[in-house]
Amino acid sequence: MSTSSITFNRRSFIRTSSLASGGLLIGFNLFTACKPKVQPPVDISQLNFNDFNAFIKIADNGAVTIFSPNPEIGQGVKTAMPMLIAEELDVAWKNVYVQQGILDTENYTRQLAGGSQSIRLGWEPLRQTGATARQMLVNAAAAKWGVDPSECTTSEGVITNAKGETLGYGDVVKEAAALEVPENVTLKKPKDFKVIGTDAPNVDIDKIITGKPLFGLDYKVEGMVYASVLRPPAFGKILDSYDDTKAKAMPGVLDVIRIGEKAKELSKEGVGNWTVTLGKSDKVVVIAKTTWEALKAKEAISATWVDDSTLESTEFQDKQLLGLLDGKEFKTLRKDGDINKAFSQADKILERTYESPFLPHNCMEPMNFFANITDEKIHLVGPVQTPEFAATAVAGMLGRDVKDVHLEMTRMGGGFGRRLYGDFVYEVAEIANAVKKPVKLVFSREDDMTAGTYRPAIKYRIKAAIRDGKVSAYHLKEAAIGGNMYGLIPNFFPAGAIENYQVDVANYQSNITTGAWRAPYTNFLAFAEQSFFDELAETMEVDRIQLRLDLLEKVKGTTDERIEYSPERMQNVIKVAVDKSGWGKKADGIYQGFAAYYCHNSHVAEVADVEIENGMPVVKKVTCVVDCGIVVNPLGAKNQIEGGVIDGVGHAMYGDLTFMEGQPQSQNYDKYRLIRMGEIPVVESHLIQNEIAPTGLGEPTLPPAGAAVANALKAATGNRFTQQPFSKFPELMQVPAKAIIG
Amino acid sequence: MPKYDINVNGITKSVDVAEDTPLLWVLRDHLDLLGTKYGCGIAQCGACTVHLDGNAVRSCSLPIASVAGQKITTIEGLSEDGGHPVQQAWKEVDVPQCGYCQAGQIMTASAFLDKNPNPTSAEIKTAMHGNICRCASYTRIHKAVEIAATKIG
Repeated sequence: MSTSSITFNRRSFIRTSSLASGGLLIGFNLFTACKPKVQPPVDISQLNFNDFNAFIKIADNGAVTIFSPNPEIGQGVKTAMPMLIAEELDVAWKNVYVQQGILDTENYTRQLAGGSQSIRLGWEPLRQTGATARQMLVNAAAAKWGVDPSECTTSEGVITNAKGETLGYGDVVKEAAALEVPENVTLKKPKDFKVIGTDAPNVDIDKIITGKPLFGLDYKVEGMVYASVLRPPAFGKILDSYDDTKAKAMPGVLDVIRIGEKAKELSKEGVGNWTVTLGKSDKVVVIAKTTWEALKAKEAISATWVDDSTLESTEFQDKQLLGLLDGKEFKTLRKDGDINKAFSQADKILERTYESPFLPHNCMEPMNFFANITDEKIHLVGPVQTPEFAATAVAGMLGRDVKDVHLEMTRMGGGFGRRLYGDFVYEVAEIANAVKKPVKLVFSREDDMTAGTYRPAIKYRIKAAIRDGKVSAYHLKEAAIGGNMYGLIPNFFPAGAIENYQVDVANYQSNITTGAWRAPYTNFLAFAEQSFFDELAETMEVDRIQLRLDLLEKVKGTTDERIEYSPERMQNVIKVAVDKSGWGKKADGIYQGFAAYYCHNSHVAEVADVEIENGMPVVKKVTCVVDCGIVVNPLGAKNQIEGGVIDGVGHAMYGDLTFMEGQPQSQNYDKYRLIRMGEIPVVESHLIQNEIAPTGLGEPTLPPAGAAVANALKAATGNRFTQQPFSKFPELMQVPAKAIIG
Repeated sequence: MPKYDINVNGITKSVDVAEDTPLLWVLRDHLDLLGTKYGCGIAQCGACTVHLDGNAVRSCSLPIASVAGQKITTIEGLSEDGGHPVQQAWKEVDVPQCGYCQAGQIMTASAFLDKNPNPTSAEIKTAMHGNICRCASYTRIHKAVEIAATKIG
């Protein structure tokens, strides 16, 4: 098994300095691959993050401020990451003030929100930072007293010596700042944690409940104008011409402009890192005094569009993907043994095809961004998951030095992967560059849903061979739009458990833009595989839980370094889920479905309970067991689990975006169904207690939810759902008479 | 453009806007009351919920011309300092994930509890069904409404 470890040189990632205002400033690099050169500024007002991407500030009065560098999208890192520092610094969490850091475009590689990695990668360096700062404060106090530092203890920001004398951190920060950075500090043992493992409320809770401006859409400056962009009505169309006479005469409208020229620069090598430009069409932009005036005037523009490439419909895409699955053109991502031989010798073969639609992200805060571009500075403010990529690309497209870019991150009204793509940043940059005014670009909900970077439509075909009561071969084929599964996904379970195993992928390049969507690829792959394992157990006439446990048993002791899931931890979450959910012991009328999945370094098992209400199956409860190692903030962790499970249930049940001649058929919530309060199951969460380094929670509970529900629906209705969303197949929701009586 | 006098959070304000301007954008763009959020613009998600004479309404779909003479309360005016029982319950339960929809959720819940201070679980679900939370913090929203009810009732 391979687990990535983080190594770093303390000298290169911690620097300290006195503050002009008194107090100590500790700068530290959150992650490796940094190139620190510059000393942290002495004056806090000069804080520019050109050297360090995070800071701890300790004031004379002992108050601690921690600058959190990573974007907050609702996953809770703005609370949990500073908790790691506070633990080892040994300060009371209630005395810590957390502030959002800004972007350093030059020196850092991972100031982003994505892949559920912030806590996993921050675990070691953040605690080291806190411990180093604590040791320096202790050393300063010991010198003052003329005692050995080892005689001193700390608790909640107070240092105590053997005689019982005390000094607060604030009393010694000045001296501490002048000391050498200690090389070897000891980290606390998990049993000594005082902050980690305690419930910490969201650090922005007071601002959220009182409606304080926090989000990108709330950002305002004097003289700011608003921009609304008219984009092609369908993928495959490009702008020909437009008439803006009516729009220009409307109240509040300042200008109507055409953009697209600068965006072309993004396609040049080295300019647009990870860009999605949403097609190559030019766009029409209304500039107005207010948001409403901009959005309304956009409707009054009459534009002519011409066809540039195929105007695809869902039916057409389905044919393409099924054609790929039936064909022979695949890229093999993993191959163990000889599946063909095993299939030829099989007693039984099971083959199933699973199909998923496109999904829009539907962040509650629609895409938006602020830009003000002058000869001196490119000022960008707003919600983006990948600030570094956005800043670099904007500088590149405008032919400017990236040093001119000053990017501030706001709290984000959801991310789910949509804000990994900087299309809205490039748009506002081109607009601001043209109008020479501070400008806020605002997407309407319709803009947001129709100009997406969607979860791609994917189809999986899984085929397994059974011989002598064992699974002798497993063949997974993927046909996807836009891109294919990547990295270690082909090595997730059941890789390593079946002797003859192969993963093949094929791709159809559509003109519809696709991208990461919460738990990319696994959000549907888990549904396909965990549904398949249930059917496999039924075909083999064995217990569905035991089948999974037996397969995992075979992975134990593997020397295959590509296998990163732990069979022991997986078996454990399965057993706990069986126990906690009352699996197999439920009263008549409760139908259970099981699923277990590993992704984003965490192990999860879920059991869905379906009951029949008014003749229809209803998901009443999901029991979710998670092993993500040490839980930093249980209060936040449970929120992520509940949200991930309900999100998974909701999209499996209802999520669906279809296309007709390149045009998305849902444009707003009247025609796009998201799960709501009346449809939610109770989520019972259980976190495995252990002392293993923590892993992420923003994504891993979503993927198994769809399969747990499908397997429960099978138990309730006798029907197998192989296509999402389930609500599209009301005929399969029909409950047999016996179930209604039961 | 016509001038409208509107009563927001107990203060009468005068705005000069087109008659079809939704109350949401008057609040956000003209009065700098940014707590009320834009989500869909068609009264489907509830992010823009405010109180109009004590009733929860979707400000994105209410033209300014239709609200004159009525008392408007936004999240900023629900309490002086976040002390409303619903806000306190939200804090106690630690409801938010991203937090964007929560002002609308709180405004829906507070208007609902004013009329029904002792709701059943089913009544809470019905009352809150119109407000989408994309992070799906629904479990905690439900719990917070229950707790707020005990504080009020």
